[in-house]
Amino acid sequence: MNGWNGTILHIDLSKKIHHFEHLDSEIYKTWIGGKGLAGYYLHPHIMRSWDDPEMPVIFMAGPLVGTASPTSGRMCIMSRSPLTGTVGDCSVGGSLGTELKKAGLDGIIITGKSDHLSGIEITDKSVAIRDADDFAGMKTGPLYERLKRNGAVAVVGPAAENNVLFSSIMVDDSYAAGRNGIGLVFAAKNLKYLTVKGSGHVAVHDSEGLKRAREDIFRLIASSPVLFGEQGIAYYGTGALYDLMDSRRMMPTANFKRTHFDMASRMNAAAYKEKYAPKRAGCKGCHILCKKVGQEGDHIPEFETMSHFSALLENEDIEVVTRANALCNEMGMDTISAAATLACFSEISGERLSGYRILSLLEEIGQGEGMGRELGQGSYRYAVSKGRSELSFSVKKQELPAYDPRGAYGMALAYATSTRGGCHLRAYPISHEILRKPVATDRFSFAGKARIIKIEEDLNAVVDSLTACKFVFFASSLEEYARAFTTVTGVETTAQDLLKIGERIYYNERIMNAQNGFTSKDDDLPPRFFEEAGSSGTDIEVKPLNREEFLQVRANYYKIRGLDENGVPKEEKAAELGLKWEQP
Amino acid sequence: MKQLVDKYAKKLVAAGLAESGAPLVGGLDAELVWNQRSPDSRELGKVFNKLNINSLLFSKPAEPYCSLIEYLVSCADDAIYPGDCETRTFMHDLPVVRTFDADEIARALKQRKSVIIPGRGIITWGRVSPEQAFIFYSSVCFACFVKFFADYLNDSRAGVVSEEQQRVFDTVFKHLEPLPEEPPVLMQGPYQSEAEVYRALSEAGRLTVEYHLVDSFFGNISYLYNNTLYISQTTSSLDELEGCIDPCPLDGSSCTSITASSEFTAHREVILRTGMKGVLHGHPRFSVIISMDCEKEICEFKGQCHIKCPEKRFFEDIPIVPGEVGTGPHGLCHTLPPAMKGHRGVIVYGHGLFTVARDDFNEAFANLLAIERGCRDEYFKRVGRHR
Repeated sequence: MNGWNGTILHIDLSKKIHHFEHLDSEIYKTWIGGKGLAGYYLHPHIMRSWDDPEMPVIFMAGPLVGTASPTSGRMCIMSRSPLTGTVGDCSVGGSLGTELKKAGLDGIIITGKSDHLSGIEITDKSVAIRDADDFAGMKTGPLYERLKRNGAVAVVGPAAENNVLFSSIMVDDSYAAGRNGIGLVFAAKNLKYLTVKGSGHVAVHDSEGLKRAREDIFRLIASSPVLFGEQGIAYYGTGALYDLMDSRRMMPTANFKRTHFDMASRMNAAAYKEKYAPKRAGCKGCHILCKKVGQEGDHIPEFETMSHFSALLENEDIEVVTRANALCNEMGMDTISAAATLACFSEISGERLSGYRILSLLEEIGQGEGMGRELGQGSYRYAVSKGRSELSFSVKKQELPAYDPRGAYGMALAYATSTRGGCHLRAYPISHEILRKPVATDRFSFAGKARIIKIEEDLNAVVDSLTACKFVFFASSLEEYARAFTTVTGVETTAQDLLKIGERIYYNERIMNAQNGFTSKDDDLPPRFFEEAGSSGTDIEVKPLNREEFLQVRANYYKIRGLDENGVPKEEKAAELGLKWEQP
Repeated sequence: MKQLVDKYAKKLVAAGLAESGAPLVGGLDAELVWNQRSPDSRELGKVFNKLNINSLLFSKPAEPYCSLIEYLVSCADDAIYPGDCETRTFMHDLPVVRTFDADEIARALKQRKSVIIPGRGIITWGRVSPEQAFIFYSSVCFACFVKFFADYLNDSRAGVVSEEQQRVFDTVFKHLEPLPEEPPVLMQGPYQSEAEVYRALSEAGRLTVEYHLVDSFFGNISYLYNNTLYISQTTSSLDELEGCIDPCPLDGSSCTSITASSEFTAHREVILRTGMKGVLHGHPRFSVIISMDCEKEICEFKGQCHIKCPEKRFFEDIPIVPGEVGTGPHGLCHTLPPAMKGHRGVIVYGHGLFTVARDDFNEAFANLLAIERGCRDEYFKRVGRHR
């Protein structure tokens, strides 16, 4: 095999045993790798509770990882989400995917539950389960420092040990598998860490061909203002989006009451650059290097974190945003859910949160103390407990990122249909609605968006399976990555062939969610978006979403996706995609 | 969706890329809609079923494109390989299939953004909008035009022009519209308000398209006012700039340029180095063709002229420099600004022409027109020398 190693490592923590599975090439061709292959392995277990010892936590890299294919240092971590009850997955950077591939593996599937706190250490094909009792309650940073000699490091922090439903897994200190509470499933196995170190290399079918495909991709990246423009992501990090979101009047402010933040021009990426003079850093094998690290080692927040810890909470202090980001990472908590839960708390309680209060509440959440015990369950459960469910800005109980859907109607639909709950990355319509790539679409219109969102969901399912970085698709297309895939694996393919696999991967997720009772009632948005206008500005009117139009575009989406009118998969469509499903 | 397919069908005709009534544009959301009834929509409808796309465009190109594309296709096996910047960066190559058959068409479109069917026309697709299909179609026409004329000049020089090639050249020549004699009178500068800047950019952009100095989309324009560079957005159409201009402060206080033209850095550097206020960039076809015409037979950078040409090349007083789109190591942002100092314009190899505006766009526009006219005259002079 080329690209793939052909080997999956299974570890049973209850029995403290492991074995290597050698996978048939047809399965790889059917699911690609990464998120696709992780879904294949998760499906038989999806109706288990997330804390059932037999529920797997799956680490899966794609065929491009560990090769010269650009931006392919990522991997997928998947299980059932404790926060949403849906499929739960994260694409994560750092070096874990690369080390895994160099160790001769494509993935690791962890089941069972250790009888005491443990860690897993993998060096090539050698697997050791270690006692980790000494690390109980340890924050992610110090733990990383202790373990980094072992290669790539994935750890959970105190939040996961304290049952925070939006716990993350931190990779290599600062790369978060942040969403869906995936860290809590990891911790439910009494697992504190995983390290992987490999010494091999990934075989490539056609190195010269890959070099040409890589040059094509590099050329496109260089032509992209959002990636390599001098104010783009390569130089300012994802925070480069901050000014744009505010100027387009879609920056969620004060728990989504407004869509414009008066202090935005003082809290933007340029302000961070001035204050921290950050250096460029990033995932293994990536030349975009979107991560920014200050001269004193401060990790500059990503766009979502910048936005939610400023505008959403009406916080005007950059230092608080940076410290909140660091605290979430140290505790092992998703920054989006954490900030949005605090915003929900602020609106319900009527308390305007000071910087000090923001940080102390985050500490309480991570440590499972005081108010933190309630807030650690996320905004939806907290709001329901106060009889104010409408003030949780979430979809399927997962908090929404920093793009107000009243300013981008494709995003409104994408939030609703996302298989992992409130998420901007499943279809990433910001690409065309705001960044004008591949071309601009009318952000204040639902026209044509049903099919666009379906196609983009399929596309991103492929990207997360290859596994590449979504940012690169602001410039490149699947056409170029199909060449990279073929030159790496030797499997002839086209962009459209890959999109068909992406459709299978996404439909598989719809089936898994349907098995757990998810229907159209869950593919919906909080009522405020249909009832209240956003903050209009010169030449920009931000109206409430039209409910009828939303329901119509969602119905169109169901039709295009091959779902019934309740959003439930159909047997014939499943069969067409080579999937098994019995419609209830 | 109906509105969009109608819009781009009309735009194709307005841009001179198709005859009225020729474009067939389909858009698929929950239902498939076409801009017109056509017997071809049935076969193309099948293509929709085979691809994850939301729009298809099929049209026979207008002259002179039709004749020259047919000729290029007759010389090609399964694809045409133009060497201009747009093709190299975005299209890669232009596949050809010989039958109007959904399976064959889909097979080609699975790999590339366009397919040419001899005797029938060009088919392109869009994933998020018919606008993409329009851009791809326009790119095919532009790339084939440049390739046809560049090949003819090379073949003339080598004395290998075939009878058929000559016949097509003569036909195509008859269809070439003359360039306007005089430039338009544009808003006078320096502009005194932000609103004036927006109006001036829109006006100059629209007229650049109307004077056929770009093929609709290709090009960008900027103007410095109050230490802010106002520049057309990426993928914006020069004839529809209203609402598509980004104000980018030059003090580094915001990142709004991330939706600006990918040539933002080049524009800014040109302005800072020359002390001018504006930059106008188009892709006039003969400027591009002349930039690619080199008589040097032996060169260590053969095939890499667009990024590594070491020669100091000029058309008259206009420098011709290598450089790719954007800010990469071979980006034109490194080559264009130093070359612009002391010159009224610069041609970037295989890409297009940049001119500068002192106070307003009158001089920049006049230079764009004059240089293109000069390149066109020069092209036929060079051809004439070898006939």
